[in-house]
Amino acid sequence: MTDLNTLGLAEARDALRARTTTSKELTAACLKAIEGAGALNAFVHHTPEIAMEQAAAADARIVEGDAPAMCGLPIGIKDLFCTKGVPSQAGSRILEGFLPEYESTVSGNLLGSGAVMLGKLNMDEFAMGSSNETSVYGNAINPWKVDERQLTPGGSSGGSAAAVAADLCLAATGTDTGGSIRQPAAFTGTVGIKPTYGRCSRWGVVAFASSLDQAGPMTKSVRDAAIMLETMCGYDPKDSTSADLAVPNFEALMTGDIRGKKIGLPKEYRMDGMPAEIDKLWADGADMLRDAGAEIVDISLPHTKYALPAYYVIAPAEASSNLARYDGVRYGHRATLDAGDGITEMYEKTRAEGFGPEVQRRVMIGTYVLSAGFYDAYYNRARRVRTLIKKDFEDVFAAGVDAILTPATPSSAFGLGEMTDVDPVQMYLNDVFTVTVNMAGLPGISVPVGLDSKGLPMGLQLIGRPWEEGDLLSSAYALEKAAGFVAKPTKWW
Amino acid sequence: MSIDTSTAARVAKLARIKVEDDALPALAAEFNNILGFIEQLNEVDVDGVEPMTSVTPQRLKRRLDVVSDGSQQQAVLKNSPDAREGFFAVPKVME
Repeated sequence: MTDLNTLGLAEARDALRARTTTSKELTAACLKAIEGAGALNAFVHHTPEIAMEQAAAADARIVEGDAPAMCGLPIGIKDLFCTKGVPSQAGSRILEGFLPEYESTVSGNLLGSGAVMLGKLNMDEFAMGSSNETSVYGNAINPWKVDERQLTPGGSSGGSAAAVAADLCLAATGTDTGGSIRQPAAFTGTVGIKPTYGRCSRWGVVAFASSLDQAGPMTKSVRDAAIMLETMCGYDPKDSTSADLAVPNFEALMTGDIRGKKIGLPKEYRMDGMPAEIDKLWADGADMLRDAGAEIVDISLPHTKYALPAYYVIAPAEASSNLARYDGVRYGHRATLDAGDGITEMYEKTRAEGFGPEVQRRVMIGTYVLSAGFYDAYYNRARRVRTLIKKDFEDVFAAGVDAILTPATPSSAFGLGEMTDVDPVQMYLNDVFTVTVNMAGLPGISVPVGLDSKGLPMGLQLIGRPWEEGDLLSSAYALEKAAGFVAKPTKWW
Repeated sequence: MSIDTSTAARVAKLARIKVEDDALPALAAEFNNILGFIEQLNEVDVDGVEPMTSVTPQRLKRRLDVVSDGSQQQAVLKNSPDAREGFFAVPKVME
């Protein structure tokens, strides 16, 4: 029999419904896998007792015939989600010791439907990073390994991606502000979808950049993504930007029939210096969709190159405002003060000790672009450019394009530490293909499509129309079927 | 636009992050690098373009102007590094 932790959500759900396994068995298998995977540093807060209790409760629900799709399925939760009574640090020292008195809406939706929480997952501090190297817990490690180097699982949802790829859980939650679900999914051969802005409630998710942040699932298949996304979504009066729209049955919409659909290839995503392998993967992906009956068309998104610089105004600006709440008064770390220190010294020392270098850098950049005299030149200009970026997509969709196919990342996973000495802007370029989607509020999904010559996974991204995640998942399913990506990392940990 | 160490110090102060004097030149250099990247935005013609206020075309919901939550003093203070007698405690603010 297959090890139960290697199952996906759909298979495990079906096995639970057929009573060929139990949630307790699934959960125990995952807990054992987690125990043996300390080297990956994916799970950073372990909740085995909670998990076994939830599994027992789920098994009882299944027996009673009250089993929603996620009931009994063991998953990992990114450390960015507040989970009641369980450490929720956003990968930061400044939230050391913080035990939320409430549950985030998204994790609450999952747990309410019977999902089992195995623990909290590593991530870049406050979701600011593309390699999981800014975490207070240390690096999460990619289970994919092709030489003596340890590779990044990507970021910021690096722990989530590593845990799913290594079969430590059946699926995990992620969040995506500029690519933090889709880039790590691509680096680990897993599937990650960021839904339309407003689909998932942001309530109880530690805020980074509120106009860009969205939660989403990270899974082993497109079908699993559809199942988990449906449970995560839904209108929430506690998030003023939550969309009051019915949540469709995404799995039912995911037919994989893309005959007659128009898929666009944006010419601006053909970047100088892009590895030939990524370029070929992209062309292969287009062929696969064409063979499945889609019409492939060349499109233009003229403001693409300005998405990343605009993002690096807007995201830090919002972060500087959101992170103002970490002042050493209400929660988390407070610096030890010297005699005579007043409240300003308390703020300054607390934040210098509590925030890592990348978070400090972004908070200060944000402070600068919002400061008197620069607000118009930087922040308002970036918001105008954002309007143009969104319009690029609107024009393409208005012309009849159903989805857009792009590379997910400019390379496969790189070695941990390899980017330490380059300037921060080089690291930011990791998000060049994904950030446009956050700027326009659109749904985007990363699907593993092939291995590069080194044997590392590479993913393609599909971008859909707003609120049409079902249609997007259908195109992604067609791509997944055609690509037939089944490779798994060889266990070394 | 170039940022000198005194501007870096001012930004750090505004952000309420303590930066030692000897770290300021490196910080200023980092700012200049990132702002240099951002300067590309000046190439874009944004005349007549409205700054985005909401990425999805929706009005913010309004709720009834009534008390909907509260009376959770214990829960609110639970995570404070220094809570005393039902209050958050901080260093003296005024002389």
